[in-house]
Amino acid sequence: MANPSAPRTLYDKIWDDHVVDTQPDGTCLLYIDRHLVHEVTSPQAFEGLRLTDRKVRAPEKTLAVVDHNVPTSDRSHGISDPEAATQVAALAENAREFGIEYFNELDKRQGVVHIIGPEQGFTLPGTTIVCGDSHTSTHGAFGALAHGIGTSEVEHVLATQTLIQSKAKNMRITVDGKLPAGVTAKDIILAIIGEIGTAGGTGHVMEYTGEAIRALSMEGRMTICNMSIEGGARAGLVAPDEKTYAYLMGRPKAPKGMAWDMAKAYWETLVTDEGAHFDREIRLDAANLPPIVTWGTSPEDVVSVAGTVPHAADGHTEQKKAAIARALDYMGLKGGEKMTDIKLDRVFIGSCTNGRIEDLRAVAKAVEGKKVASTVSAMIVPGSGLVKLQAEEEGLDKIFKAAGFDWREPGCSMCLAMNADKLAPGERCASTSNRNFEGRQGFKGRTHLVSPVMAAAAAIEGHFVDVRNWG
Amino acid sequence: MQPFTTLTGVAAPLDIMNVDTDMIIPKQYLKTIKRTGLGTGLFAEMRFNEDGTENPDFVLNKPAYRKAEILVAGDNFGCGSSREHAPWALLDFGIRCVISTSFADIFYNNCFKNGILPIKVSQEDLDKLMEDARRGANATMTVDLQSQEIHGPDGGVVKFDMDEFRKHLLLNGLDDIGLTMEKAPAIDSYESKAAKSRPWL
Repeated sequence: MANPSAPRTLYDKIWDDHVVDTQPDGTCLLYIDRHLVHEVTSPQAFEGLRLTDRKVRAPEKTLAVVDHNVPTSDRSHGISDPEAATQVAALAENAREFGIEYFNELDKRQGVVHIIGPEQGFTLPGTTIVCGDSHTSTHGAFGALAHGIGTSEVEHVLATQTLIQSKAKNMRITVDGKLPAGVTAKDIILAIIGEIGTAGGTGHVMEYTGEAIRALSMEGRMTICNMSIEGGARAGLVAPDEKTYAYLMGRPKAPKGMAWDMAKAYWETLVTDEGAHFDREIRLDAANLPPIVTWGTSPEDVVSVAGTVPHAADGHTEQKKAAIARALDYMGLKGGEKMTDIKLDRVFIGSCTNGRIEDLRAVAKAVEGKKVASTVSAMIVPGSGLVKLQAEEEGLDKIFKAAGFDWREPGCSMCLAMNADKLAPGERCASTSNRNFEGRQGFKGRTHLVSPVMAAAAAIEGHFVDVRNWG
Repeated sequence: MQPFTTLTGVAAPLDIMNVDTDMIIPKQYLKTIKRTGLGTGLFAEMRFNEDGTENPDFVLNKPAYRKAEILVAGDNFGCGSSREHAPWALLDFGIRCVISTSFADIFYNNCFKNGILPIKVSQEDLDKLMEDARRGANATMTVDLQSQEIHGPDGGVVKFDMDEFRKHLLLNGLDDIGLTMEKAPAIDSYESKAAKSRPWL
């Protein structure tokens, strides 16, 4: 750090507190406080350790869980897909061999890796957190520097508890004003991605701030940080505050007693200083935001639910025109359709973006006493076993089942369709997940990203509806 | 890791923006516990029809590009998932260099861990290289990492920027875990300091 008294951003502060070594060219060795491991991106990393006779340096700072390819049906009789079963067994064996705590597919604490980290209090403000999954950005909602890494880096962290990093630039996204009724954290982040594009945050860490961000629950902040990667930023951050501390207090892995007081005193210093430098600034007014739906095959392809699908001619460059034409063709759209005229075959509610208790409560409130349209098959996949238990304690499962939703076991499920939950070719889905890429939810499947309440309303009506004047 | 020094080979044009890692390697190929053999899944949903036959329109299925070693692609290549299966699939297919105007951060990082060179160029240079690549098997390119130059088929040269440390690792095929483990004393000392200043971790 050149000048220790210069004002620093939240990112600068966390970074500075984790630098182990700096090379003359500025490349740093960064210490990693927390490492989350799942079954899909870790087997090759553990194999690498075995081949080189290396150990896991800090198994107590590592937590493993299965989520990506476990079925969301009853798992008590094993996993029938032999490849998925092999990966799950490999993680169990690797966790045992290297002494890492592991939540298996029958553990009530099992769930999507980015839901269980916060839930267990493993995710803490001011920490560095990595996982072989791009949605690790979720944990930034707690003021943790958290990002996805590849499998070689998973191996690097397992072996050394560090990562070789160059510092990213600082970007600040200020969301002023109050969200209108029916508009949610999901709509904020989709609007931001629509504004900056999927490469807009490349090379940056995004800090979200402003009245609308402060007003969000921890769940809402996680939804926002989760999709930072869809805006190209590996990490998103929200400075911790009383809501953060209230969420974490009493969680199994959160500090307790004197340690809590000491930690909290440190956490309270984790704010961007007045006058700190940002390389890029974006401002948005929450009060003007509508519910948002994606029409295409990139998360930047957003439109208001009250709007229409664009035409290829609307692209500003030849490349963009070609991209729109390709997306329209894939999505089975012509351009010009009203979003509320688009009919759905499937609805998926869940994922690390929107699979938390608050999301399920919002859905329950929207669908209570109603019925899923006869033309729609709708599933709800809780983000973790604990989310599922809580929803059932609150009776939400009864509301879902009565309305005709399929209530599943926790996992990543149809967010990436590695298990049996997937779209058939040509099927159109309203999804609360994070990616609408070609084939993401199944070969030739068509995904529209929306908030939980928008997905719920679409399930009931069989087409998109503007939830601001529905119900 | 295989060092990357110079590469002379056919460049395939993939003029699509935002090529995501789901496109590069669809999820059904992620169930492996190995790093090898992923070439069959590279761009699978574009390369193959539903019945498993080849899609003759996809660039890597055209006779001129079946042995391509360089990919020239649209902006924001490798966005989306952190899956290292994407560079593993490229490498297994035989592609060791990708040229674009920009790359997603995680994919960019993952390339260097696997001896693949991702090169960022200006839109103007990309347009030129894309045009060169469209000429097929007779138009080969040479990529020289040491001098940071791409030599086109007509003798045109495009210079590119490269981080010195990454260049060093790639030129020498170095295992960065081994390098970091040499810094164990610095990691030890960081850990003992952190244990005092942030004991709750």
